[in-house]
Amino acid sequence: MTLTVDGLRVRYGAVEAVRGLSLEVKPGEIVGLIGPNGAGKSSTLNAIMGAAPVAGGEIRLDGASLRGRKTEDVARAGIALVPEGRRIFAELTVEENLRLGLAARRSPGGIDDVFELFPVIEEFRRRQAGALSGGQQQQLAIARALVADPSVLLLDEPSLGLAPRIVSVVFDALAAIRERGLAVLLVEQRAQRTVALADRTYVLSNGELRLTLGPKDASDTEKLVAAYFA
Amino acid sequence: MSVSWQTLADALSLGGIYALMAVGIGLVFGVLRLVNFAYGQLIMAGAYAIAYASVWGWPSWAGILLCFAVVLALSVLMDRIVFRPLRTHSPAVMLVATFAIAFLMQSIAVLAFGQLGTVASSMGPLNQPWDVGGVEIRKIAIVSVVVAAVCLGLLQLLLTRTSVGLHMRAASMDFRTARMLGVRANRVIGGAVLISGLLAAVSAVMLTARNPQVTPIFALDDTIIVLAGVVLGGLTRPIAATLGGFTIGFASGLLGGALPTNQSQYLPTFLFAAVILVLLVRPNGLFARASAGAERL
Repeated sequence: MTLTVDGLRVRYGAVEAVRGLSLEVKPGEIVGLIGPNGAGKSSTLNAIMGAAPVAGGEIRLDGASLRGRKTEDVARAGIALVPEGRRIFAELTVEENLRLGLAARRSPGGIDDVFELFPVIEEFRRRQAGALSGGQQQQLAIARALVADPSVLLLDEPSLGLAPRIVSVVFDALAAIRERGLAVLLVEQRAQRTVALADRTYVLSNGELRLTLGPKDASDTEKLVAAYFA
Repeated sequence: MSVSWQTLADALSLGGIYALMAVGIGLVFGVLRLVNFAYGQLIMAGAYAIAYASVWGWPSWAGILLCFAVVLALSVLMDRIVFRPLRTHSPAVMLVATFAIAFLMQSIAVLAFGQLGTVASSMGPLNQPWDVGGVEIRKIAIVSVVVAAVCLGLLQLLLTRTSVGLHMRAASMDFRTARMLGVRANRVIGGAVLISGLLAAVSAVMLTARNPQVTPIFALDDTIIVLAGVVLGGLTRPIAATLGGFTIGFASGLLGGALPTNQSQYLPTFLFAAVILVLLVRPNGLFARASAGAERL
């Protein structure tokens, strides 16, 4: 399914966090969204999930409008979010966290499919999720989103606070997820890695889209730096 | 001061009932972050249902059914008319709203049924003594311990073995993330309110059997003590709240039985003094994890 954001505006009281953002993510595609803090990246993801106040524009999944729908209904329509800070349920077991992902699943199936992508999760399935390391928790958060068998996967800074080796595990997993035909919208601070991985990357600043970059631009450090300070 | 077997059984029974009430209050707090002060009035309404069924000459089982119907209907009504529309408002607004419901229901009871109360005589047989190994114990003491244990066991199964239970636990930990995962807010809240109502109905039956004189302030004192017990145990975890409810019920029963009749008015003083002392030592509650509460100051 294709996710389309058209002229999105997000407003918190007098503050406009996103100003007329338009983008499209097709199946089998990773679209990156980078930019400085406060650029409106997380607000965009939350608005798609129905968890931020949308002041204007449209959000569509295969043409059907999602604007104004409840968060849980957006999830059940086939959009899964891996939230910033992982937001795993520390007091529940790894398996219970994964079973929560089934809440939005429309097709038959269980939690076992995700172990192929994240074998470490299976090893700790009976353990309390809070006892996992940061990297394992991040893998669990992505696995939990995938259990829902979504058409679109949104990720909010999945590499935040992770060791470089684990960042590679996460980025490799994202490439594998793209191979499965999901549409992936990736919000990240690691600009270079995101630009290199994504089919195209949008640079957001002050709530507006400033620049579109392709994988070839990943090595162009000057262009990346300029994009951030545009 | 001496403690008889009857007093001990009574204390266990009161502990069981208060544990049910505590978990009923704790479940709704878990998903709505709302302390439902009208919980006692739900129980009062159920008690009136039993009392009037008794006055009308209905058999006791029909009275109990009516009690469940009335309490569940009022619970659902409370959810639809008050909790859902006010859910997104500040906790203070919801708190004041539950106070308003509590006073409203009490006033309706005074207007409709009078101050003096009605006797639920159909529950009388449960107050007859049973001979247990040569010791006479009131039937209701044993019945309420068994019923409380069965209810808490079933609830534990529901919370740990079913997807609805898992959703409820997740929602009470982090509602926003639970909804992002597709957990339906209305279904979880509705489920918690319904189970809380069921527990209120069971508590109403047990409390009416213990004290068949039903007045508009029926269960009011019990609810205040249970609320103290819930805080004592730890509000954020259902198990801690349940243990808190049981502890304060048990202590209340034990103290009530041990105090001479002419000093029984001091019972709440002792109880609340103990609660204050415990909270001074363990501000997060007796059974909560050390990290559960937020630091202040």
